[in-house]
Amino acid sequence: MNAEIHWPRNDYSRVPFRLHHDEALYALEMERIFRGPAWSYLCLEAEVPSPGDFRTTWVGDTPVVVSRAKDGTIHAFVNRCSHRGATIVRELRGNAERHVCLYHRWCYSTAGELTGLPFRKGLKGEGGMPDDFDMKAVSPRKLKVESCAGMLFGTFRPDKAEPLEKYLGEFGTGIIRRFLNRPIRVLGYSRQLIAGNWKLYAENLRDTYHASLLHEFFVTYGVDRATQKGGVKMDERHRHNMNHAYAATDTHEDAKAAYADTAARLDRMQLRDKKLLSFTNEFSDGMNLAAPTLFPNALLIQINNSLATRQIRPKGVGAHEVFQTVFGYADDDEAMTRHRLISVNLVGPAGFVSMEDGEAIEVVQKATRSAGDASAVVEMGGRGPVRDLTHRVTETPIRGFWSYWAELMGMEPEGAIR
Amino acid sequence: MKVPPDIRETLTALMAEYAMAIDDNRLEDWVELFEEACDYKVVTRENVEQNLPNVLMWCDNKNMLRDRVESYRHVNLYNLHYDRHVLGPLHFTGNDGPLLRFDVSYSLFQTELEGASRLFSAGKYRVEALVDGAAARLKSVTVVADTGLVPSLLATPI
Repeated sequence: MNAEIHWPRNDYSRVPFRLHHDEALYALEMERIFRGPAWSYLCLEAEVPSPGDFRTTWVGDTPVVVSRAKDGTIHAFVNRCSHRGATIVRELRGNAERHVCLYHRWCYSTAGELTGLPFRKGLKGEGGMPDDFDMKAVSPRKLKVESCAGMLFGTFRPDKAEPLEKYLGEFGTGIIRRFLNRPIRVLGYSRQLIAGNWKLYAENLRDTYHASLLHEFFVTYGVDRATQKGGVKMDERHRHNMNHAYAATDTHEDAKAAYADTAARLDRMQLRDKKLLSFTNEFSDGMNLAAPTLFPNALLIQINNSLATRQIRPKGVGAHEVFQTVFGYADDDEAMTRHRLISVNLVGPAGFVSMEDGEAIEVVQKATRSAGDASAVVEMGGRGPVRDLTHRVTETPIRGFWSYWAELMGMEPEGAIR
Repeated sequence: MKVPPDIRETLTALMAEYAMAIDDNRLEDWVELFEEACDYKVVTRENVEQNLPNVLMWCDNKNMLRDRVESYRHVNLYNLHYDRHVLGPLHFTGNDGPLLRFDVSYSLFQTELEGASRLFSAGKYRVEALVDGAAARLKSVTVVADTGLVPSLLATPI
């Protein structure tokens, strides 16, 4: 298959549908982005607190182990035995002094180095590995791991990657520190398998335009409306972005005028149990909705008092898993933890304001399979240069995503905007 | 645990109605099987086994159940499908006067409008029900889903 792309426009206001269906491009993405110079979100430091703690995760389609070694340092390595390629660590998480492949018992340290294998010297002078066999030379491929405020990122190409601080920029590091401003407590996980290309999810998160239209719950019950104060912010390279809104900055009348179709419902529908939407302001910026997205695979999300990270795990060209880690803070009391868990009703696979995304992405994937050379139209919020906006009727960050995607893929159009 | 046949029969009928009400898209009837002070939760086995409290869905009283159903009816958009529950026998684990506790295995299939079916979720219900003569109501249902990887999305209740 030809992996060349014809971009109809150099500002990414047209995105060929083929990019969600092309197997060859998918393989290149895994190589050039996820095993390339991007920094991918791995997991949280709080999930591997003690020496020996480990957890399995994914970087693109590559299985990875994140492990804290005896000296407290954190390592990440490909979860594939150097010998014959079996999965080394089969559990999701745990604590181990070493990792042993089940097939021929090859043995790995908590730092991911091959440290021993049975019958290396043979038996009674027979068999065994050649004398010059170099265990170090065949150890699993490692990622460079860095932490930003307890959020762990890894890259396979530290030789080509920017330092993490620079990659995230002030924008990214600032927003991570906002969420992880003190010790956290992981409350648990959720997983969702969406039958759509992983980039459709990345786009969805960069599209404030859809939020109050697809997710009618937002508007009906006043959690989030385009009439609230808010906007989109991006890093300088426009690869990361944040949709945000401030609580209680519009009026019922503003909303009724803007959402004519649902106006009748705004007056009629009321939750019987309003605690679902109660919001305790716990950040100095006063935002009740913040959804920063970090290229290529990470999202932090706050909807009222539910807090989570999400990791996008591509599962072939036509599917991806959304792995969500819900957290609160270590100093939350029992009532606050309960409130956060009630707020989880809003987010995740069954979330009142998130369930629709799974459906929207699947119907795009289904209908664009046969779209040939056709492209998506991405003009809401304007064409041309990509800029921050102080309003919410935009999908401009989608163009920012594609511009960085194209740069890493080596597939920018002539005169491409960045 | 030994349970008199009439009580077992009453509770078996309650769970049969539970499943059929969802499968027939009578969600309002499903809500009516619960006590006013009730609890309905969907959790995953992955979290339960790690003692993590996260939920996929949690209604801690009947009004929250009513709100969920009303939101499905008028507000939320989700995959158009039919549900089909297949339940195993009731496995009683204890009682507290008229409150009986039991587990029930379930499998839930979803069929899309063009007719393709898939296994959507497998797991068990941990149920507390109140029996009063021939009548019974649900006090709490915790759905412990083995299927932690939710296919597409979770809208209609399990």
